[in-house]
Amino acid sequence: MTVRQIALPVLLVAVLAVLPFFASGTLLNFLVSALIIALGAQGWNLLAGFGGQLSFGHAAFFGTGAYVTAILQIRFGINAWAGMAAGIAIGAAVGWVIGFLSFRARLRGSYFALVTLAFAEVLRILANAAEFTGGAAGLLIRLQPGFGNMQFPDRGVFLWLVLACILLVLLLTAWIERSRFGAHLVAVRENEDAARALGVDVLATKLRAITLSAAITAAAGCLYAQNFLYLDANIAYGTWISVEVLIAAIIGGLGTVLGPVVGALALHGVGEVAKIAGGQITGIDLVIFGAVLILSVAFVPSGLMGLRRLVKGGRP
Amino acid sequence: MYAPEIVAEAVVNGLMSGATYALVALGLTLVYGVLHIVNFAHGALLTCAMFAVLGLNLWLGIDPYWAILPLALIFFAFGYGLQRFIIGPSSHGEDRNTLLVTLGLSIVLENLMLAAFKSDTRSLGADTAFDVLELGPMLISRPRLIGFGVALATAALLWLLLSATDTGRAIRAVAKEKLGAQLVGIDPRHIFAVTFGIGCACLAIAACLLLPTFYVNPRVGNAFVLVAFTIVVLGGMGSIAGALVGGLFVGVVESLGGLLLGESLGQLGIFLIFILVLLVRPTGLFGARA
Amino acid sequence: MTDPISRRAALGAGVALAGLAMPRILRAQPAVVKLGILQPLTGALAQDGELGRIGAEAAAAAINKAGGIQALGGAKLELVVADARSNPEAAAQEVEKLQAEGVAAIVGGFASPVCLAASQAAARYDLPYVVDVGVSDQITQRGLTNTFRFAPGFGQVTGTALQNLAKLNEAAGKPCKTVVLVHEDGLFGSGLAKLMQTELPKHGFEILETIAHPTPARDMSNVALRIRSLRPDLVIPSSYYGEFVLLARTMRQQRIRPKGIYAVLNGAASNFRFVKEFPDAALNVMDCNHWHDPKNAEALALKKSVEESGKFWAYNIPLNYSCVKLVADAIQRAGSADRAKLTQALAASDFTGHIMPYGLTKFVQGQNQGARPVNTQVQGEDIKVIFPEEVADAKPVFPVQG
Repeated sequence: MTVRQIALPVLLVAVLAVLPFFASGTLLNFLVSALIIALGAQGWNLLAGFGGQLSFGHAAFFGTGAYVTAILQIRFGINAWAGMAAGIAIGAAVGWVIGFLSFRARLRGSYFALVTLAFAEVLRILANAAEFTGGAAGLLIRLQPGFGNMQFPDRGVFLWLVLACILLVLLLTAWIERSRFGAHLVAVRENEDAARALGVDVLATKLRAITLSAAITAAAGCLYAQNFLYLDANIAYGTWISVEVLIAAIIGGLGTVLGPVVGALALHGVGEVAKIAGGQITGIDLVIFGAVLILSVAFVPSGLMGLRRLVKGGRP
Repeated sequence: MYAPEIVAEAVVNGLMSGATYALVALGLTLVYGVLHIVNFAHGALLTCAMFAVLGLNLWLGIDPYWAILPLALIFFAFGYGLQRFIIGPSSHGEDRNTLLVTLGLSIVLENLMLAAFKSDTRSLGADTAFDVLELGPMLISRPRLIGFGVALATAALLWLLLSATDTGRAIRAVAKEKLGAQLVGIDPRHIFAVTFGIGCACLAIAACLLLPTFYVNPRVGNAFVLVAFTIVVLGGMGSIAGALVGGLFVGVVESLGGLLLGESLGQLGIFLIFILVLLVRPTGLFGARA
Repeated sequence: MTDPISRRAALGAGVALAGLAMPRILRAQPAVVKLGILQPLTGALAQDGELGRIGAEAAAAAINKAGGIQALGGAKLELVVADARSNPEAAAQEVEKLQAEGVAAIVGGFASPVCLAASQAAARYDLPYVVDVGVSDQITQRGLTNTFRFAPGFGQVTGTALQNLAKLNEAAGKPCKTVVLVHEDGLFGSGLAKLMQTELPKHGFEILETIAHPTPARDMSNVALRIRSLRPDLVIPSSYYGEFVLLARTMRQQRIRPKGIYAVLNGAASNFRFVKEFPDAALNVMDCNHWHDPKNAEALALKKSVEESGKFWAYNIPLNYSCVKLVADAIQRAGSADRAKLTQALAASDFTGHIMPYGLTKFVQGQNQGARPVNTQVQGEDIKVIFPEEVADAKPVFPVQG
């Protein structure tokens, strides 16, 4: 990793990290929600951006992370930090299983996208019916500030926690981009057969990518659960989260280190601006949001990070 | 256990629902087979069509069955325009961009309808909805029976269109070999738009058949989208016959599953079939044929 | 970050209704008290959110027309309307915005998940939160001192529903013995079904089957089919609007005529759109639900004005109307819009100026003890209260003659 390579991520995180000293509650809340999505999008980007496997079902990992930490905390009184570690581990395991089943069946492109969507839906229906997930009533984590519960009197501290996770993943992604594993991953994305001919173990590479990707998105789920303190099947395993991480990553710039973070902030920013511009008629703000989404794809097809390159006049 | 006539009636119900699902899936599979895109706006477009049927009925007093032909034509034009002037140009030929554009489109359409019609759940007047046909011990809903017939006829017509007309041949050519088709003078942009238009026309017909027994609100289309995806996968992406058989099959599975296992777990059955088919035989049970 | 549009929008609506649309700058600025109205105005629950807003806005208009809040020198109530978008996350974010706007309290939520998340977010700022509908018992069992629920909770509604059902059945000479439960598989329906399964046999009913269905359901023919094959005396449905309408229509079409349809917290049974559009299917359907006091003149006047504006009446309207009046009354009692004082005033409130069939308001751990559901029945093309007798405006039609 070169200094140049990590300078920008570190700078971005540093700028965000000083915000709690100035920002209002609304802004803090906005940042926390946007950055949790950013973390989920980072996970999605690892698999889709670098590995070329477009998943429509990252809710499966997000939800697992969220449910595992919440259940451990509520039912077994386990410390939130340990719960988060368990959530990430089990989320990664779910990723491995889904990856194993679908990659072994050689599902690619739209087929892979649809099968991941279906896995997430199955988990959603099960979580909605099962007893230990609280069924349809959902799970409520008690509001009980304390370090062990990951609840801080100052919301800025939680923002720092999210930022720390994001920085960690930023550095990890930057490292992967340069690593042997990263090279294999890109080779698989560009042409599986060619990669196999070059001696890359395609299945193992993809499995490693989806496991890592699932772990990161599960971490986002854990943080979500700790921040909102309430979960149900439609929140944890709903299609919305799969869609949101994918939009954030693509808008930001598929396969770029900073893309998911920039994309998530832009996405939520547009949502807020549209709300103000939408006025009194219900639904108009989302119309504006959708239109901006289409326009941004039409005019900035390679994502915001691509735009940056364009402005700097570098490679397209 | 249930009496045989109850099970038989559940099968008939399933076939009738399945035919409508198949109609929704037809548009999806055709667009997938030719454009190779997963159209996320499909549900929102169906909702649009259903509101159009409602509007024609409320304001102009047009019976939903008389609306089939004009609405199909209008939606063909609408779909053609959408693909030609919005989806096509803004996706730059990239799959992931198409995905975002159709997603954006669905958000726009759904919320435009919310702004225009409010969130109320509406239905057509009740006069025809209660019509039943007595077949021995079975009471078969007449509007749903009409739906069944028209859906089958539409599928047959579509198949004829694809196999026996020049446009159909051009569509199949573009689906198989875009570059080759271009070389013999076919404009793929035009063919893509025609295909998308046909997909939308199918939705308009489905909407006319659905509304007499169903309701409409700005989010109603979503209820049919996932099941349509399942059918498309089951029938083999891009296959007309597959979509039809897949639709009827899913309808019956859902109906019997609902009867025997309860409606909620019946849903689970659909997704499990979906996953199994993908894992074991991703070309679909009936083989892909574009 | 403030949200000038929604404030302006709320003002526009509130002020215009009160007939005070003259430019405010021209006059001495009277003090205003801001009140947050949080409703799911978009998304799956938008229909209900809109109804809640209508009720809240009508209450604010009425209060301002009557001279505002006396204890604060006639301060006007200014509503800040926020859209919870039918999801708890958006609701929690909107609470942050309302907090930044400086509202004195928040009213609304509608759905339980929205209420749970929003009241918790408000608790971080000790901001009083009055739940309008959200029935989940978790809402008042978390020990949050800022959260008040004016309407009855799930346990109370279902308990009352069961008792009332037993009484109705007894009074009619016990015509019903066998029951089929139909419920949506979410928070509402599943909880209800579980409770019914343990409680109904105690009242002498036999449950033939419990049928769960998802929301949205594409087709209810199979549910109807099963009901037809089981031939129960009584069908107890607990579903949202679309599914219940489908079920009732299909039952009608399949000529299934049980001796009664007894809904609990149903999305359609107490809905005028359903009654107007499908009078045949809706006829004689009973519901145990929130409803306004049919003997309260203020409630009837409000109903009339809502209907005259071309909208359908629903329980969300009188509930939100009453909740806004409850908060205004508490501000009056506290003599201040200060949060701590307002919370205290709410906790000690014995408010009676509402339009629900409740009696004295008394909060114990945030739950209004005076609250109760009533039984309604679709009779003719109207929705009547049939039980308990002291509030009823019609006699029950039960058992229904098939």
